[in-house]
Amino acid sequence: MAYVANAVGHNKKTSARRGRWTPYLLLMPGMFWLITFFLLPIIKLFDKATQSPGDNIGQFVQTWSFSNYWDSFWGAKAQFGRSFLFSFLATLLALLISYPLAYAIAFKSGKWKNTLLVLVVAPFYTSFILRTIAWEQILGNQGPVLGILRTLHLANSNTHITASSFAVVAGLTYNFLPFMTLPLYASLERIDPRVLEASGDLYANSWKTFFRVTFPLSSPGVLAGTLLTFIPAAGDYINADILGNPGTKMIGNVIDAHFFQTTDYPGAAALSIILMLTILILVLLYIRRFGTEELV
Amino acid sequence: MNQNKFARWVSRNLIKIYATLGFIYLFIPIGYTFLFSFNNSLKSNLIWRGFTLSNWSNPCGAPDVCNALGNSLKIGLLATLISTILGTLIAFAIGRYSFRGKTLVNILIFLPMATPEVVMGASLLTLFLNYANLLPFFTPGFWTIVIAHIMFSISFVVVTVKARIASLDPRLEQAAMDLYADEKQTFLKVTLPLVAPGIAGAALLAFSLSFDDFIITNFNSGSINTFPKFIYTTAQRGLPPQANVIGASMFLIAMFIVLGSQFISRRREKAYS
Amino acid sequence: MAEKSIQEGDLHLENLTKSFGEFTAVNSINLTIPVGSFFALLGPSGCGKTTTLRMIAGLEEPTSGRILIGDQDITYARPYRRPVNTVFQNYALFPHLTIFENVAFGLRRRGIKEVKTEVERVLKLVELPQMAGRKPNQLSGGQQQRIALARAVVNNPALLLLDEPLGALDLKLRKQMQIELKRIQIEVGLTFVHVTHDQEEAMTMADTIAVMNEGRIEQMGTPSELYDNPKTAFVANFLGQSNLIRGTIVGIDGDYRVVDLAGSKIKLPVSRSENLSGNILVGVRPEKLRLHKKGEAKSGNIFTNGKVIDVSYIGVSTQYQVELPGQLTLMVFEQNDDGLEPARKGDEVEISFEPNFTFALSGDQDIDAGSELEITE
Repeated sequence: MAYVANAVGHNKKTSARRGRWTPYLLLMPGMFWLITFFLLPIIKLFDKATQSPGDNIGQFVQTWSFSNYWDSFWGAKAQFGRSFLFSFLATLLALLISYPLAYAIAFKSGKWKNTLLVLVVAPFYTSFILRTIAWEQILGNQGPVLGILRTLHLANSNTHITASSFAVVAGLTYNFLPFMTLPLYASLERIDPRVLEASGDLYANSWKTFFRVTFPLSSPGVLAGTLLTFIPAAGDYINADILGNPGTKMIGNVIDAHFFQTTDYPGAAALSIILMLTILILVLLYIRRFGTEELV
Repeated sequence: MNQNKFARWVSRNLIKIYATLGFIYLFIPIGYTFLFSFNNSLKSNLIWRGFTLSNWSNPCGAPDVCNALGNSLKIGLLATLISTILGTLIAFAIGRYSFRGKTLVNILIFLPMATPEVVMGASLLTLFLNYANLLPFFTPGFWTIVIAHIMFSISFVVVTVKARIASLDPRLEQAAMDLYADEKQTFLKVTLPLVAPGIAGAALLAFSLSFDDFIITNFNSGSINTFPKFIYTTAQRGLPPQANVIGASMFLIAMFIVLGSQFISRRREKAYS
Repeated sequence: MAEKSIQEGDLHLENLTKSFGEFTAVNSINLTIPVGSFFALLGPSGCGKTTTLRMIAGLEEPTSGRILIGDQDITYARPYRRPVNTVFQNYALFPHLTIFENVAFGLRRRGIKEVKTEVERVLKLVELPQMAGRKPNQLSGGQQQRIALARAVVNNPALLLLDEPLGALDLKLRKQMQIELKRIQIEVGLTFVHVTHDQEEAMTMADTIAVMNEGRIEQMGTPSELYDNPKTAFVANFLGQSNLIRGTIVGIDGDYRVVDLAGSKIKLPVSRSENLSGNILVGVRPEKLRLHKKGEAKSGNIFTNGKVIDVSYIGVSTQYQVELPGQLTLMVFEQNDDGLEPARKGDEVEISFEPNFTFALSGDQDIDAGSELEITE
């Protein structure tokens, strides 16, 4: 019954040689895709950023006009500032809203845990834009919220909620909330409840337990959540478009306008590069300050 | 006394009350979308004009809505299929092998997730426009959207599948090899079935990313309409209630799939205990 | 895959070595394990026993040396090409397959026809025939353990490896499974190689034990040989407990050598102290010592002027710590079978023991080697 095949020493070498190329074969198609359709376009962007308009509309020639960077940045400095301010505020708000939510799901939900997790992600299953428009209509001038406030005489016909910075930040917060909640939940869920009990046992009250034990242990989730919220929020322009007014435009609106309204491709490219590098530097500084290497 | 009791109840259940409010907040726009899918609206679907089922019985009633939906579904399925395959291969390479250049690969996986969509959309369009006269399928339209969606989905697939691979107990594969399964059989009979839930999750994620994407799509779609693009462009003239119907149905279908699979796995566990 | 010829034979390890960078986990081991035996590799964690097992299973490639079954060299054979099956620590049952499919896994890979009868046969052997349709996570730890065993045994391997198989079970279940494992081994007649850090587990089940320490085999033999006549301080301390005392050989008296232990003269058999001279370690097991009231110790080796400094009553026996002149402290285990009043803390006592129960070790060793390890485990 027992089974023995021809076991020979030279098997060792052939299997090692075969193994050496396997990872590269596995990587090749996906890496090809990312290099061609992500990396190459980004490099092209650098090329485009220093071009100037040619003889025909929509045609550009390389003139190495590095001043494009400064000109387009200076022209959009307000929108840049706003982008980072709005996304910072939205990230902070999302953290404040998500943390108790994630905490409740991780520690207080019992057998409902999985169901509640699904509910957190559920809003994702309707279109991002549809949700944003829903908010616009709910909070809008003909919407139910202002209607109720007016009936209660808490608002008059001049009161507006939408078309404001507040509405844009609120929209950003809402739309990226699951990006914050899920990583927070994941890191909280990994905490052994006995550690928290031990802290209580060692005379820490609930608040102390939270700030000395729970919060530090959940820091990988805080890091991942804030990044996953901040990055897309900084580049977003849908919320500013639907919930804002001309004075609340963000950098994404400007890039979009450069492309589709003024056909200023070099300007759009320059702004994209500045935005991308600023975010990358902020992210790296942030990771270095707080981070672990668990992100990738 | 009563007031005291109430205060104590509130403080004890503070976190639960908070969580309940959080969920209400999350679901307000969903509820609104559902409600107004039954609105007997005239031109714009802004003010409640009475209940009707006619929007649900005729979801394609508004011009172009079902064409846009069809495009989104086709693009979503294609992008999901390809990005799931490519991403899974990368995840296995990273999760199972050590090789030179792994750090570079990791950075290249991370970068698309750290790049704002507007930058990816703009840069990709620049590339497409540059080469459109050489390669006809680079003319913005259906295929450029598919290419773009695969591009930004790959990273998310890699991260999801890699996490699943990392959580596998290496002893399971060793046990398979110990029980006379060669490398190929071990992969097919043990590794793949155990990683499969991760791959399925990644595919769902890729589909929802693709289906919901507006910014990158808007840059690279040319004249092709997708469902988010349809909503965005028609919203300025007034959104037809059919958009709410489709949005609501997508929500129901997704919830049905997710809750259904949970229910089945729970039943299966219960059956024996 | 076609059925190959029956290949049976002793397992030979020849100069087997495994290094991880600078660290040598297994250091030139030579070992022969006869067909049909129950063999235990015993040692503290990090002693190289698991690495040895993994090399035999093919899960780790040796740095040098050879592994043979009979005259077949399997040193570099892939795991699925050797007639060896493993019961993994924590079992490694496939969570996505039923118990039946788990057990059938190896049979199916080898293209065996009678899967159903074979699986049913071993499920009966491990007394879990009714579990075939379940998934591993619906079984208790002890049941999973039996299935892991069944999954390996069903293949009738030339060699069955057990990697700390009972480590995850509670004490009572562990005792039960020890007897069970031994029964199954006798019933199927396969060679079992069992890796464990639990000396009691090894002694209960194994015919032969090899005690490993720092990548080498310290001593090999039957449980009683190892216990009664340890060859190193490590074995003396790791296998049960020992009183080890530094002493000097000062003379000879017939079949006995006379040893000076901090002023007391005792005798030990020449046969147990061959090749030794000068400074030595004298060892005697605590249960071999007898406690007497002051002035009552009569025959054998005797220590006088003792004082009881600690007493613990543990049911079957009472354990004493006795302090002797010359900063000596001895452990004495007395069976509670004589109906006599036990000694109390502070009592002045004398100790006696048979010279034949005494063993001797070379004096150049660490007297505590192997004794702390069990506590930290």
